[in-house]
Amino acid sequence: MQDFLEFRSISKGYPGVQALSNVSFSVKKGAVHGLMGENGAGKSTLIRVLSGDQSADTGEILIDGKEQHYRSVRDAFHAGVIVIHQELQLVPELTVAENLWLGRFPGKGGVIDRQQLTGVVSAKLAEIGIDVDPSVKVASLSIGERQMVEIAKAVMLDARVIALDEPTSSLSSRESEILFALIDRLRASGTVILYVSHRLDEIFRLCDSLTVLRDGKLAAHHPEISKVTRDQIISEMVGRAISNIWGWRERALGQERLRVEGISGPKLRHPLSFSVRRGEILGFFGLIGAGRSELARLVYGADARSGGSVSVDGVTIAADSPPQSIRSGMVLCPEDRKFDGIVQGRSIEENMTISSRRHFSPFGIINPKKEGALADKFIAKLRVRTPSRRQDIINLSGGNQQKVILGRWLSEEGVKVLMIDEPTRGIDVGAKSEIYEILYELAADGMAIVVISSELPEVMGIADRIMVMCEGRVAADIPRADFDDRRILAAALPDVQNPNTPSHAQAR
Amino acid sequence: MTSLKKLLLGEQGLVVIFALAFLVVSLTVPNFLTERNMLGLLQSVVTIGIVACTMMFCLASRDFDLSVGSTVAFSGMVAVMASNATGSILLGLVAALICGGLVGTVNGVVIARFRINALITTLATMQIVRGLALIASDGRAVGINDPSFYQLALSRFLGIPTPIWVMALFFVAFGFLLNRTVFGKNTLAIGGNPEASRLAGVDVARMRIWIFALQGLVCAVAGVLLASRITSGQPNAATGLELSVISACVLGGVSLAGGRAAMTGVIVGVLIMGIAENVMNLLNIQAFYQYVVRGLILLLAVLLDNLRSSAAGRRA
Repeated sequence: MQDFLEFRSISKGYPGVQALSNVSFSVKKGAVHGLMGENGAGKSTLIRVLSGDQSADTGEILIDGKEQHYRSVRDAFHAGVIVIHQELQLVPELTVAENLWLGRFPGKGGVIDRQQLTGVVSAKLAEIGIDVDPSVKVASLSIGERQMVEIAKAVMLDARVIALDEPTSSLSSRESEILFALIDRLRASGTVILYVSHRLDEIFRLCDSLTVLRDGKLAAHHPEISKVTRDQIISEMVGRAISNIWGWRERALGQERLRVEGISGPKLRHPLSFSVRRGEILGFFGLIGAGRSELARLVYGADARSGGSVSVDGVTIAADSPPQSIRSGMVLCPEDRKFDGIVQGRSIEENMTISSRRHFSPFGIINPKKEGALADKFIAKLRVRTPSRRQDIINLSGGNQQKVILGRWLSEEGVKVLMIDEPTRGIDVGAKSEIYEILYELAADGMAIVVISSELPEVMGIADRIMVMCEGRVAADIPRADFDDRRILAAALPDVQNPNTPSHAQAR
Repeated sequence: MTSLKKLLLGEQGLVVIFALAFLVVSLTVPNFLTERNMLGLLQSVVTIGIVACTMMFCLASRDFDLSVGSTVAFSGMVAVMASNATGSILLGLVAALICGGLVGTVNGVVIARFRINALITTLATMQIVRGLALIASDGRAVGINDPSFYQLALSRFLGIPTPIWVMALFFVAFGFLLNRTVFGKNTLAIGGNPEASRLAGVDVARMRIWIFALQGLVCAVAGVLLASRITSGQPNAATGLELSVISACVLGGVSLAGGRAAMTGVIVGVLIMGIAENVMNLLNIQAFYQYVVRGLILLLAVLLDNLRSSAAGRRA
């Protein structure tokens, strides 16, 4: 069979990062093609380019041998390309049939022909074998059923290429099986499926061919999946030389500072425990959705816990709220700086002293001299590049904003445990190493540091120990001496045959 | 053109507009720039001015309060009835403060703890509290028994009526509260980004409750002064006050999106509202037209807010 979908040297850059460079591969008609890679390998960007949501800087996409020049999701629709994202795009208060017709209801003069509305949909659903009543509201369906409806919508729109982004991430195994059966039927009808997943067993179960991306480049293309092994794929996903650009150095570790015992919450149902020593940098690594940030937020008290305890230097933190944690010397630099970190529209000074100002404000009256001096001290110490402490924080670069957030906690004095989620996301290289240096210094001064990151090289570069998370559980706890990118990634991937993985533990 | 735009949308833009308007009005409207008229003008904005102090906090923290007019009427009513009943003006004042504070606290608790939209909550309490004022008085004005109650509004210090002093004092106190205290800075922070503030250790829910409680207390003060000036408790007093106060705040550069506020701006906003009304009175413009003008001022204020925000966005 001939190639149906072809990517020809696709490149796409964002400020500060080359998300895709020169990626070319092709998929045959009626094939299910897997797309794998670590976080940030370029899968999402490639999907976005395919969906018309973003256009490539260079290169072209060919469908059925014809070059596509679409500039929007709508154009991609017309070309027969439909991407089904993890966040489903259905209107919950409309029925299944209404959702499938949305935007082009059948009927005359604005009056909907209800017969056609449900009739056509029933026929279509039966044809592709989806067992869902077209007259029920989408809100009453399970996630798995909603996904079916999304796929049915794509089929109704005569999609020739359907891309599925991590479709099974929130499905039960039974729902996944139904989805796989549907994908098999679509394959038989000649539709091209681009299947993005972290789950190797699914890739082997479903796919005819596979592409592995790494750092925005094509790492490997396998036209026949039967000719590759799991280990080979994992090597292709990592396979990077480790260099010491991270400046890590040996530190003396002291007594235990942070102890988390059996913590759980609504989004993290399995109880988790870990501890961090004075001077230690503990890295948490996991793929997106593994529960890293959720864990940090639970420990910090940003989200309500359903069980477990947290203690700092042997003292249990009574209530679970950020002010309690701060007073006990445990702080968090959140993952999303823009939404959870900085207060836009306010100055660097105010952002930095938002918590610490209570220390120099008798009766709540701020001493502006002390406030200014403190802000200036940490602007200098952390080398925040700004003409003045009165600048609106929004005017700073990402790296400098991160330094201000660090300054917010360092100005507290007496911080014992620092948790930092995605310390360098969206930060340029120079500022990155400055932030690592700050972390090393703080650790050397006896602080216990928890670094959460989805970038494997970063965690491996700076942590003394890595806890690998997978689907809300700790899959492995690895000391620096045993760091090995394949082993860590294997532990982070769900359902791989590996002694560290939870699926194996379950089977036991 | 661009420098004019910069001037009008910048930090001091409102002051410039105000100065120009003041100059024009002084030169063109007879009897405007007289001591008598000036004091009258200030007297007329006392209620708006006092309530605007806390409305500024409310808006700056991304909240909204529609119940202020009702609370002013209700607490004025309570002050008159309680002092009539007990024979003590002091007890009347205390009762008014308690009632006002209570209304505010209820607003705050419902909004912050039960997470009900501020607009809806205060729309509800606006009706409830107005209803309570009408029920308490059976819908009629309640006259003040003790003439010394009038003295609250009639007395003068250095030739200037007491209510104007009270307003001035509030301006200074709340200006200080906003700029120099943890409370004020936290207010601006939660308005700028509530989630970031929460994660930075600010007890956002408690802050919001305090802001509303303070708003209720301040409404009570305004209600007492108003009752004293009109020599009775009027259940229908201060209708539409919420709109004038919000207009004054927004006109004064308080962002409806939260996070931006300045006391000087609010003062100027209040004065602009006062001057507009005063001038219309001096020019004998029919009262009906005044509604139209007030509405236009509000529209203008929101448009200015929008322009200012997008100008700030461009600078960023």
